[in-house]
Amino acid sequence: MTLPTFTDFYTLFPYIILTVWTCVLLLVDLFIPKNRKSITAMLSALGIAVTLGYTVTQVGITGKGFNNMVALDGFSTFANILLLVSGLFGIALAYGYNNRMNMQRGEYYTLLLFSLTGMMLMSQATDLIIVFLALELLSIPLYVLSAISRRLDSEESGVKYFLLGAFASGFLVYGIALIFGATGSTALNDIFFAASSGTFSLLLTIGAALLLVGFSFKVAAVPFHMWTPDVYQGAPTPVTAFMSSGAKIAGFVALFRVFAVAFPALSDDLTNVLWVLSALTMIVGNFVALSQTNIKRLLAYSAIAQAGYILMAFVPYGNKEVAPIAIASGLFYLVAYTVSNFGTWGVVIALEKAENKGLELDDYAGLAKKYPALAIAMTIFMLSLIGFPPTLGMVGKFYLFRSAMDGGFVGLAIIGVLTSVVSAYYYLRVVVNMYMKEGDPTVENETWLNFTTAITAIVTVVVSLVPNILFLLASTAVF
Amino acid sequence: MEFILQPLTLLTFFPLIGVLVILFMNAEQKNAIRWVALGTSLITIGISLWVFSMFDATNPNLQLEAKYSWINVARFNIYYYLAVDGLSILLVLMTTVLTAISILCTWTAIEDRVKDFMVFFLLLEVGMTGVFLAQDLFLFYIFWEFTLVPMYFIIGIWGGPRRVYAAIKFFLYTMAGSILMLLAILWLGIYGNTFSVPELIEKGNIPANIQIWLFLAFTIAFAIKVPMWPVHSWLPDAHVEAPTAGSVILAGVLLKMGTYGFIRFNIPLFPDATVQAAPWIALFATIGIIYGAWVSYAQADVKKLVAYSSVSHLGFVMIGLFALNPEGVAGSILQMINHGISTGALFLLIGMIYEQTHTREIKVYGGLWKITPIFGVFMLISALSSMGLPGLNGFVGEFTILLGAFGSKAIGNPWYAGISALGVIMAAVYILYMFQRMFMGPAGEVTHHHQLKDLNWREIITMIPLIIFMFWIGLYPKPFFDILAPAVEKLLSALPL
Repeated sequence: MTLPTFTDFYTLFPYIILTVWTCVLLLVDLFIPKNRKSITAMLSALGIAVTLGYTVTQVGITGKGFNNMVALDGFSTFANILLLVSGLFGIALAYGYNNRMNMQRGEYYTLLLFSLTGMMLMSQATDLIIVFLALELLSIPLYVLSAISRRLDSEESGVKYFLLGAFASGFLVYGIALIFGATGSTALNDIFFAASSGTFSLLLTIGAALLLVGFSFKVAAVPFHMWTPDVYQGAPTPVTAFMSSGAKIAGFVALFRVFAVAFPALSDDLTNVLWVLSALTMIVGNFVALSQTNIKRLLAYSAIAQAGYILMAFVPYGNKEVAPIAIASGLFYLVAYTVSNFGTWGVVIALEKAENKGLELDDYAGLAKKYPALAIAMTIFMLSLIGFPPTLGMVGKFYLFRSAMDGGFVGLAIIGVLTSVVSAYYYLRVVVNMYMKEGDPTVENETWLNFTTAITAIVTVVVSLVPNILFLLASTAVF
Repeated sequence: MEFILQPLTLLTFFPLIGVLVILFMNAEQKNAIRWVALGTSLITIGISLWVFSMFDATNPNLQLEAKYSWINVARFNIYYYLAVDGLSILLVLMTTVLTAISILCTWTAIEDRVKDFMVFFLLLEVGMTGVFLAQDLFLFYIFWEFTLVPMYFIIGIWGGPRRVYAAIKFFLYTMAGSILMLLAILWLGIYGNTFSVPELIEKGNIPANIQIWLFLAFTIAFAIKVPMWPVHSWLPDAHVEAPTAGSVILAGVLLKMGTYGFIRFNIPLFPDATVQAAPWIALFATIGIIYGAWVSYAQADVKKLVAYSSVSHLGFVMIGLFALNPEGVAGSILQMINHGISTGALFLLIGMIYEQTHTREIKVYGGLWKITPIFGVFMLISALSSMGLPGLNGFVGEFTILLGAFGSKAIGNPWYAGISALGVIMAAVYILYMFQRMFMGPAGEVTHHHQLKDLNWREIITMIPLIIFMFWIGLYPKPFFDILAPAVEKLLSALPL
């Protein structure tokens, strides 16, 4: 038994900063009067900003810590930056909303921060035990957050998410147990050596498959997506926004790392499974979204469909030449998705009224006439989610489809592009309502909300025109 | 940053300056907004003429190149690459001219949300010009897809009663077509490690069996845009519902993007597949010519009649292109211009009368000639030009195309041209029949009840440039063919014929 050294701590430093900050904030919050909770929000945003600042200094630095249980590398730093930015957006969207809906409580922000620490740990985990730990750390605060508004549907959403999440964790633990049984280790590198030594037992394959099921629940891939629409609809909208970005990023990041590091030897079997998973997710997500009339459910199915596109990046994970590019394209698309996703939810929050009002597609009628800037922003996000120029989503899909074709999966790419056409129909329905129908919507005018919407809209367009840096960052973010 | 000062960059993106100015204007100052939009489009015409003055018609190659590395990471090799040659210069000029004319024609027709309209219209101009100038497949794809967005809004917001349906149909139909082209573009990008079209052409050697698939992917995208039979069904809906300016641009420019795509990409990139596919394209084009003419004849709505006549006329363009000889290709590029001029003129005139009567049903008119003689004269000239009367522009194009198609080795069968020639006769039938019912005979219901006014000065000014071109191309087409000939020669020289 050796004591942890400074190097160990250094690898996890951003995570440690945020965890300590959050624990302290939990105490500090007790002394902040109920009508001054803006201080808590500010302090949590500050915590994220500090962590973000530190994480940026780690760009380009690699290392391992705690007996190879966690790693610091380009991949984890890229993911951490994205996650921390999601956290900032999550708080910016929530603050005004919580005031308006009478649910302004300090716990909201500390729970969000705890969840964020779990996500960050997830991106650095190189041992299945840590993966599991991180998964629980990120999930449990999200269960609570889903139910935090104390409305019936919110509580239903929380319980549903908890039960299915627990179920998914069960799969994951069972998978880890089987893998340990097959290889005698939970460290990804050891598993890799055991698996590529030539003979490996069926146990390992089953274990890996169970892991895949567990992750699929988290990223809401079909057929493990059933919880998503209900949970997304019932949870308070800013929670949904954070969940649909942060939890998805964390799930994908872990999936990428675990499979690409530990299981390349199983790719003969698993690539086919991933192919089907990705195709099904794109098809089901997009087709079911067509018939939705509630914007939150529509976006839930859209989030499912988007997961299918990201999974596409991951199908050729066993191909040594293609895998790094494919994973880079997945990361790139995660950025595009996160930015547009937060913007979209920002618009939804701006239109939402108490008691779940203002969430039908019809409520968007006439938005363009009354609030042209908001309508333009929403149009940009919708185009980005379709994958239409001049937006980041288009560049992202271009990259994704190329990596699918690089790996020789032309069929999957064809499914991808054709389902994009399907998706155009429902995303455009939002635009049709905003621009081509008459109505008299009212909109909340909150500084941070407007700021988030504006920033994400600008980034979506501008970065699509000068995407070099993002390409470079994504393609160098390998483990 | 020097790329901003390139002539072609200025030409493409100048309308954005108008957009910026309009964005900061008060939506209530409708006239000021109209003037800014018109001014922007006139300056853009000026820039396009300046570009034209620098253009060397004897040079068959790409000219005035603006080529800068744009995305060169992650194994992408994407250029910001604009250039013009004999194949595209006329289309660019037509785009800038038709945009200004369309803006002029909306002066009183668009009263609602003028600000949004002009913004979308100028954005559309950026997209269209970019499509004709882009020489990098990625850049081209961005412009190509981007044109859908403003057009979708133009149809969907300012269109007729079924505008939302028409707008979505237009968007989805076109997107469905072009999305497979995206995959073909990606394949080419992986294969050639570049998206630059000239470099890909130079590299060549794409295996014949793959060429077919790539050709098919590009063809679906372009054929829907043209539109060729049997993927034309979005066109009548879009045309009927679109506001006049939208129809003019749709028929005048957007359809040409499809035929231009065949010239710029299909023929040089996939020469083997092109030669193989020529008879098939000719077959579909011939069916389109006859079908379009036939259906036109049966229309009760005059705008729909002109819309279907486009299917027929674009069939001529397609058969001329895939004749793959100099007469056929040059004729069909000229015919693209001709169609833009005469069909644009017809849509403008229909829009002018619709503004007064709010109906487009042929049977309620009648005897218009007596009440609105100037309108009648303009209509007669445009109609005759559209049906291909010798002395006007349509004749020159169609005659050259048929000449090319008859002697085409690639098509290999003169019957296609023979049957297509029937389309010219049928055009005379449906156009004259329409003219007779609307302008001759006793005054119809609407003609009788409305206090119809003849064209005003603004409307006459809108029409004059188009009429001039009809006569110019009809009587002395040589300068136009001189611009086309060297580039066409070069295009065809690479084909395995």
